[in-house]
Amino acid sequence: MYKDILKNIDNIAIWPTISFVIFFLFFLGLLWWVFTADKVYLSNMSDKPFEDGVKKDTEPDLK
Amino acid sequence: MELEKISYDNKIVKAFIIVTVIFGIVGMTVGLLAAIQLFYPLWNFDLQYTTFGRIRPLHTNAVIFAFVGNAMFAGVYYSMQRLLKTRMFSDMLSWVHFWGWQLIILAAAITLPLGLTTSKEYAELEWPIDIAIALIWVVFGWNMIGTILKRRERHMYVAIWFYIATFITVAVLHIVNSFEIPVTLFKSYSWYAGVQDALVQWWYGHNAVAFFLTTPFLGLMYYFLPKAADRPVYSYRLSIVHFWSLIFIYIWAGPHHLLYTALPDWAQSLGVVFSIMLIAPSWGGMLNGLLTLRGAWDRVREDPVLKFMVVAVTAYGMATLEGPLLSLKNVNAIAHFTDWIIAHVHVGGLGWNGFLIFGIFYWMVPKMWGTKLYSTKLANVHFWIGTLGIMFYALPMYIAGVVQSLMWKEFTPDGFITYQNFLETTTQILPMYMLRAVGGTLYLTGVFIMTYNLIKTAYAGKFVANEEAEVAPMTRTAASGGWHHALEGKPVLFTALALVAILIGGIIELVPTFLIKSNVPTIASVKPYTPLELHGRDIYIREGCVGCHSQMVRPFRSEVQRYDPVNGEYSKAGEFVYDHPFLWGSKRTGPDLHRTGGKYADSWHYRHMLAPGDVSNGSIMPAYPWLYEQMIDKEETPGKISALRTVGVPYAEGYEETANDDLDKQAARISENLQMEGYEIAPEAEIVALIAYLQRLGIDIQSEKVAGVPN
Repeated sequence: MYKDILKNIDNIAIWPTISFVIFFLFFLGLLWWVFTADKVYLSNMSDKPFEDGVKKDTEPDLK
Repeated sequence: MELEKISYDNKIVKAFIIVTVIFGIVGMTVGLLAAIQLFYPLWNFDLQYTTFGRIRPLHTNAVIFAFVGNAMFAGVYYSMQRLLKTRMFSDMLSWVHFWGWQLIILAAAITLPLGLTTSKEYAELEWPIDIAIALIWVVFGWNMIGTILKRRERHMYVAIWFYIATFITVAVLHIVNSFEIPVTLFKSYSWYAGVQDALVQWWYGHNAVAFFLTTPFLGLMYYFLPKAADRPVYSYRLSIVHFWSLIFIYIWAGPHHLLYTALPDWAQSLGVVFSIMLIAPSWGGMLNGLLTLRGAWDRVREDPVLKFMVVAVTAYGMATLEGPLLSLKNVNAIAHFTDWIIAHVHVGGLGWNGFLIFGIFYWMVPKMWGTKLYSTKLANVHFWIGTLGIMFYALPMYIAGVVQSLMWKEFTPDGFITYQNFLETTTQILPMYMLRAVGGTLYLTGVFIMTYNLIKTAYAGKFVANEEAEVAPMTRTAASGGWHHALEGKPVLFTALALVAILIGGIIELVPTFLIKSNVPTIASVKPYTPLELHGRDIYIREGCVGCHSQMVRPFRSEVQRYDPVNGEYSKAGEFVYDHPFLWGSKRTGPDLHRTGGKYADSWHYRHMLAPGDVSNGSIMPAYPWLYEQMIDKEETPGKISALRTVGVPYAEGYEETANDDLDKQAARISENLQMEGYEIAPEAEIVALIAYLQRLGIDIQSEKVAGVPN
């Protein structure tokens, strides 16, 4: 049954190609963006785990 | 700007932590039982509910879905609220998710020992439970997406991306792999057959490891490691590349589980190439984790949380280097079907998942109960005993795997197989099996120590059910940061892109195998199973025979000579076209069975299944006395026939009406055969059906010419 469904999609062969091209371009763009990204922004993002709004003094130290 | 007062829900996290610890102990204890059964078969207890074949899936399901799964939810619910600066979307959905998941685990714990299984690894649960899993998974996703949409933090931290990818990919994998046609309430047949079923199953199996055991835990690593080390992640830039490359590449690598099998060569090669490529993102992620500790290594010496995390991330790096190496065909030729693979998965399971969970729990529990950890010393003891446990588990398994594989492949100078009797290669490694049980015991002891420590910690503090926080409302204007930056503020688009990324590999691998005929050359003499053989096959599935016996003779001289010395045939794709599900297996604790048909007399099988040790001296196979007392249910025959016809097996229309006549005739033949040799057995006894199936295995091809391209 699933074979019939797959066969009935017009030009099914083009779909993987299109999706691959989309993703490949996305990836190139991603690399380009990553290496040109603003340093301040990156450092802001990496601070996110520390900005949960919980008062520090309520967090006991482990030791 | 005015700050809003909100509270984070710790109660749901607490619930998930408790069940994680309970199911961790249960799952590992069952694993230890399975480990002991392998060198001390008496521990199968001659009881059908406790034989290795049924206990092994119980162990894998318990540790993957109950222990690691619940831990994942605990970590996700804790970190997601704080990273998005909001309580979960709906407390009610959180609890529906929690109880739904526990009920599924309960259903698994009942059905697997009963032998209700599809036999597809890590997807053994039968169709009603599959539906429940899909529904509860959607509840989890709904709650998660809802939380993301009501967040007060415009930009989603990288951990959240890993959670999103986990949700959508597991949903896709589970649904595609669970396509099955129900026969009864607790019996179904896979929609796919043979090679196609194998490809879908390992596309699922491999990516279940990727998206259930890896991506969510990478998300947790990106949150909890910086928190525990009290410093931001080493490179946020690297984490972005890590995420996209990992989810894109991982999905392609599934076929490396099927090297040298009847899977088309191009699919095997694709799996190998992408497995090698996986080293880059995996090691990028590992280095990012370890380098986060730069300048804090002195604390690693003292803080058990960081110790656990460092070993976890290192184990991740080791396992993700070993995985690609195992996917090279020359390495795979040695390692596949052996205990090497068991070592590999346990470095990942015990090291990466287990240790990361322990580290996170030692960090989270004191915080949630507003106190200090009860005993740092005990946590350190846990760390060392756990590390030793991993060593004692993995090293003997590496040795066992390589020794057994080399024994399988050894030839005498005259060109014969040195170890003709498969059993010799198993008994040789029994001391390693014993050592492995020692390793497992050490690791489990560590978990008991942690349980004690965490309970004492909780009693010393006061549980903070709702943690108060003050956060700023979300601003509508985004700071400038480029297009990916904008993407992080658009969760729906982000999810869609992640979905596209994981679908590409799956589509390119699966669709051609389904549509192009030459990928599975047909063999004219391969015919559907007879009704009695079908019953026998279902017993084979129920008893979990596939856990120890493969049905895939690989095209090696050593295997062809061992398993089919007369005709010299390795397993061909066309032989499996009526196998719903495929039963190729992934481990040979006993010999391959694909060419076992006609090799032994019916009476040999009769005596062997009753007392394997009497027939093969020193055998570690459990006995199956109940097969001689239980009768097959002939009323199910018509249902089996029509279900299989629906999925493409060419039984003639109306055959279900007369199928039982054929069944009776074949059963009477076998039972008369046995009677002649002095064994009285009712023709309807399950053992008769099982013998019929075993005697059918791999014999169709003997009278055959291959039509089409040989694989």
